[in-house]
Amino acid sequence: MSQIIDTFISRQEMIQSAFLEHIYLSFVAVAIGIAIALPTGILIARYRRYAEPIIGVTAIFQTIPSLALFGFLVPILGIGSPTALVALIIYALLPILRNTYTGITGVDGSVIEAGRGMGMTRTQILRQIELPLALPFIMAGIRTATVLTVGIATLATFVGAGGLGDIIYRGLQSYNNALVLAGALPVALLAIGFDLVLKQIEKRMTPKGLKI
Amino acid sequence: MIQFDKVTKRFPDGTEALKEVSLTLPSHQLTAIIGPSGCGKTTLMKMINKLEKPTEGTVLIDEKPIMGLDEIELRRSIGYVIQRIGLLPHMTIADNVSLVPKMLGWEKGRIDARVRELLQLTGLDPDTFLHRYPLELSGGQQQRVGVVRALAGDPNIVLMDEPFSALDPISREQLQDELQNLQKNIRKTIVFVTHDMDEALKIADSIIVMRGGQVEQIGTPQQLVAEPANDFVRNFIGAERISRQRTFGERKLKEFVSLFEKDWRGEAQKISVDATVTEAVEQLSASGLPRLALMEDEHVIAYASDRDLLRAALHKEEGAAS
Ligand SMILES: Nc1ncnc2c1ncn2[C@@H]1O[C@H](COP(=O)(O)OP(=O)(O)O)[C@@H](O)[C@H]1O
Ligand SMILES: [Mg+2]
Repeated sequence: MSQIIDTFISRQEMIQSAFLEHIYLSFVAVAIGIAIALPTGILIARYRRYAEPIIGVTAIFQTIPSLALFGFLVPILGIGSPTALVALIIYALLPILRNTYTGITGVDGSVIEAGRGMGMTRTQILRQIELPLALPFIMAGIRTATVLTVGIATLATFVGAGGLGDIIYRGLQSYNNALVLAGALPVALLAIGFDLVLKQIEKRMTPKGLKI
Repeated sequence: MIQFDKVTKRFPDGTEALKEVSLTLPSHQLTAIIGPSGCGKTTLMKMINKLEKPTEGTVLIDEKPIMGLDEIELRRSIGYVIQRIGLLPHMTIADNVSLVPKMLGWEKGRIDARVRELLQLTGLDPDTFLHRYPLELSGGQQQRVGVVRALAGDPNIVLMDEPFSALDPISREQLQDELQNLQKNIRKTIVFVTHDMDEALKIADSIIVMRGGQVEQIGTPQQLVAEPANDFVRNFIGAERISRQRTFGERKLKEFVSLFEKDWRGEAQKISVDATVTEAVEQLSASGLPRLALMEDEHVIAYASDRDLLRAALHKEEGAAS
């Protein structure tokens, strides 16, 4: 234990910058993932016949082992953080997309019909009915995507994109268990931390009338 | 006034939900549309606010074909209550009720006043209910809010699709009574879909009986019970109700006094409590007055409208009461 603490202190700077890189990679990947998957989810909830194929494609990406996906991308995008980001984004898509879709399509039909009958436009129905009621699902999807991304981002080191994977990898190469842990612990803490914070946000975003 | 002119509705799968339906729904009246499940009641009703569009034929409101009207605007001008309540669960009662007025661009003060007024009118204390959420209310209260919401934008027409059918019998009776009282004051054109004949006979000014996408009979509750157009209508109304109606005419008014009103402020036609119901109906319509005043030894003991007479005819305890 003291060994780990020593490592943390002696390599403070390196760990700190790897930690920040890691957060940066995960954060940007999830943000772009949301920017793509949320509107797509809304669209396929409206045009349902496209839902199956589109969700299917993202699901296939999900089944590719992460290391293999990084490997496939290197010949196309080269070495560096863009490659890592693309891979991470691909993994972040499915949970957000699927939860947005199920969240919106799961909204009680009679509520939508009431909205239509009252003369709400499609946009008003989306904004005032579908999105608020689907929000807890969407947030749960974002949470899953975030935790997933934080874990997979440890592999970014293999395409030279840095992150806490660097520390772990270095530790493994030099048979330095303390160094491996000094990389792995922050990853775990990061994942748990994001999970807790996002869970709180999810709870807070559950519309008040539904918590009864 | 809402008119259907040879309206046919064919769904893409070939189902013909309405077959050349022509009918008129008079203004300021409550018209019930009744018929077995799947006969096209909901489809007929949804034509009025363009939730469904005719395959052939025309729907007119106040003699204007609605085909050319903007559907969003049209819907905002028509109240709509559905069976499964359809309150937005994430919005407070206040927000739910003010949805349409907001879309109509009313100012806040006017909306707030309107919401309070309507809640009060339906017996929901605004201070208690305004800031509650739908799921915190009982089924009956939620459907009251549903009705209030439909009236919020002060529409001339209100469409109600089996609004009370999911409620327990006691709440249902209550809401029927409240709707009747409300309608006395507001005189909206109400289209009320139901599959419950008791409900239709109780609250409707006129009833449209449908079967298989077609109209079987249109008439007042009295006409329907007295002269069902065919076997289908006869069966639908029920032999029991009809035979009750037949023997009922020979009975004396005094048997039914407990069902009649005790109070009436307008003019009334005097009649002895020993008169028969048939005589009463004749005298009432001949007098052109809204009420009969039932006289016993020079005193008025009750008042009866034609609706009250009908209710007496349909009253289930009638046998026991005499
Ligand atoms: N969107 C639809 N597509 C195909 N058939 C429909 C659709 N809506 C209703 N129908 C059919 O049209 C008929 C009338 O339906 P509806 O008006 O809902 O009946 P009711 O309200 O009297 O029970 C039924 O046979 C029903 O199955
Ligand atoms: Mg129906």
